[in-house]
Amino acid sequence: MKIDIILAGVGGQGILSIATIVGYAAVKRGMYMKQAEVHGMSQRGGDVQSHFRLSDQEIASDLIPMGKADMIISVEPMESLRYLPWLNPETGWLITNDQPFVNIPNYPDFDKLNAELGKLKNKVVINADKIAKDLGSARSANMVILGAASPYLGIPFEEIEAAVRENFARKGEDIVNVNIACLRAGKEFAEKL
Amino acid sequence: MSKTLFLGDEAVAQAALDAGLSGVYAYPGTPSTEITEFIQNSKQGRAGEVHSIWAGNEKTAMESAIGMSYAGKRSMVCMKHVGLNVAADPFMNSSITGANGGMVVVVADDPSMHSSQDEQDSRYYAKFALIPSFEPSNQQEAYDITYAAFDYSEKYHTPVLIRLTTRLSHSRAGVERKAERPQNPLHIEENPKQFILLPANARVHYRTLLGKQDAFEEESLNSPFNKYIDGADKKMGIIASGIAYNYLMENYEGGKCPHPVLKISQYPLPSKLIAKMVDECETVLVAEEGYPFIEEQVRGILNRTGNIIGRLSGALPRDGELNPNLVAKALGLPDTYGAPIPELVVPRPPALCVGCPHIDSYNAINAAMEKYGKGKVFADIGCYTLGALPPYNAIYTTVDMGASITMAKGAADAGLRPVLAVIGDSTFTHSGMTSLLDCIYENTSVTVMILDNSTTGMTGGQDSHALGVLGEICKGLGVKEEHIHRINPLKAHHDENVAIIEKELEYEGVSVIIPTRECIQTLSRRMKKQQAAKK
Repeated sequence: MKIDIILAGVGGQGILSIATIVGYAAVKRGMYMKQAEVHGMSQRGGDVQSHFRLSDQEIASDLIPMGKADMIISVEPMESLRYLPWLNPETGWLITNDQPFVNIPNYPDFDKLNAELGKLKNKVVINADKIAKDLGSARSANMVILGAASPYLGIPFEEIEAAVRENFARKGEDIVNVNIACLRAGKEFAEKL
Repeated sequence: MSKTLFLGDEAVAQAALDAGLSGVYAYPGTPSTEITEFIQNSKQGRAGEVHSIWAGNEKTAMESAIGMSYAGKRSMVCMKHVGLNVAADPFMNSSITGANGGMVVVVADDPSMHSSQDEQDSRYYAKFALIPSFEPSNQQEAYDITYAAFDYSEKYHTPVLIRLTTRLSHSRAGVERKAERPQNPLHIEENPKQFILLPANARVHYRTLLGKQDAFEEESLNSPFNKYIDGADKKMGIIASGIAYNYLMENYEGGKCPHPVLKISQYPLPSKLIAKMVDECETVLVAEEGYPFIEEQVRGILNRTGNIIGRLSGALPRDGELNPNLVAKALGLPDTYGAPIPELVVPRPPALCVGCPHIDSYNAINAAMEKYGKGKVFADIGCYTLGALPPYNAIYTTVDMGASITMAKGAADAGLRPVLAVIGDSTFTHSGMTSLLDCIYENTSVTVMILDNSTTGMTGGQDSHALGVLGEICKGLGVKEEHIHRINPLKAHHDENVAIIEKELEYEGVSVIIPTRECIQTLSRRMKKQQAAKK
């Protein structure tokens, strides 16, 4: 089994915690993993991405070849589209938050952006910000996104849940619970589509 | 043995600790920063009292590493590629002194200039200094090579260089560790002339270094990090170095390349293996990250045979980092591509953070400079380089660490008035102090703004040597006290800040203005920690 994911967002949105959690679950299953991150200048509010590769075979490249990614997981809608050249045009899935992060003056029109997302074949477009906020933790939108991606990851949901628990354990039971709730809400949303 | 997930940088750090490191010396610089940070945060490092405090700049770091090697202990010095320019003097001469305790120089190059002003290739520096160098292809090799590099250094009494590139430095994978070794005992070099580079001694040492070259190549020939993998299809052979080897193998299911492959991760180049490939194959593709370092050596400037292809021939792009697709095209394999990026997607360049003190500094600078027209603000390397972008468009130069002050001086010498230099606190102590001294020595008409955010911001908030002492340093260097101002870069103080800058711009002499407010990133991290502690 092999799964190649592009994680996308804006510097500071915390895309790497998604990778940390899935990586933990995957490594626990004895899978190989490679994850290329962006550090440095771009982290200052610029577009950031991470190439995240999991496989039961050894992985050669740290970068995913174009057109071969199985999934784009994005915490920002425009950023999700930036990586379409990497996504497998037939079988790839795009999972994204639909809430724009506007820190540039020429951010595209929201309706046009949604129309562009609407054209895609395999997608989950979710208002993760609202779901997270309603569950009492606006900061956990990335866990909603991860939940929405979970049916396509090829890793049993309980193992992802366990990894979320592990990741937030040192922050206390309340934080763990709200993040699990966000994860489950994202999963339910994706499964209803 | 179980594997641990490490960034390439962290694998180097862990290997150095396991190999008996006594001290790491470094100045932060993307993509090398995480090496030293890992050691700073390591229990193992603390237990072994491994030195890991940041150095003032790469030159002082290199010299300290040489000193630790002189004292018989294992030392490592880490920097980004342009940092090696700063450290070039001690680096070049360390090859003449040689090493006593193992000494490893780790340089992280940044092809594609993700966070840099050039994409220079540090393998040239190792060749220039006539020392061995390594170029790991993956995280495990980053670990294994670093571990072995200390032995190599001690075996041949030579510093060795490890070259990383961004993708390896900042990519994570599972790594298997080796046994921990004890640190070396204190032991001063027996030959009292070894580290005294008087010409008479240096000539002897230089010949000794030249005498080691054949042995270095023999080591490369027998190195476990270089390997010749035979293939049936000899129409093409491929030399792939460092991380390019992975991009090559990505193109063949299970890594089964039909062509002969020479994987290179250790230099000097093993000429026998290169000859074997060139003799056996019709065409030889050289895939390497960075400059055409191998390609140029293999084909020579005359390019008589014309069958060595790569970045020089145009088979691969001359600049920028490689990826699996570029290598596929060079191999004649089909390129792959998803859907194009929709037209409405616009660039999202990095920007100063909301609440960043530099924003207020630039607003004040722009107001004060307005009447003098464009082209008179000289800036430096750091977050404040983003002042070049809209909405500020405030600065006109960024060349190297410390250049703001001395370039402003040169322009002032040429007759430009007024000139303003903008430099960060950490960049100032890195390389700006001698620049300021030049200005003071000649009483140049220059206004220097040292943006003091009390940290090394761009690389993630490392401690700054300038913390709390900037005014004293400037005074000590000789700036007149009445021309040193601390200002508070806040909207509320905008008008008075503009007035101070305007007044000093009119002064025919050296003045220093220090806007002082903590980096918003380090501040919010500190607040979070405090809150957590309260709970």
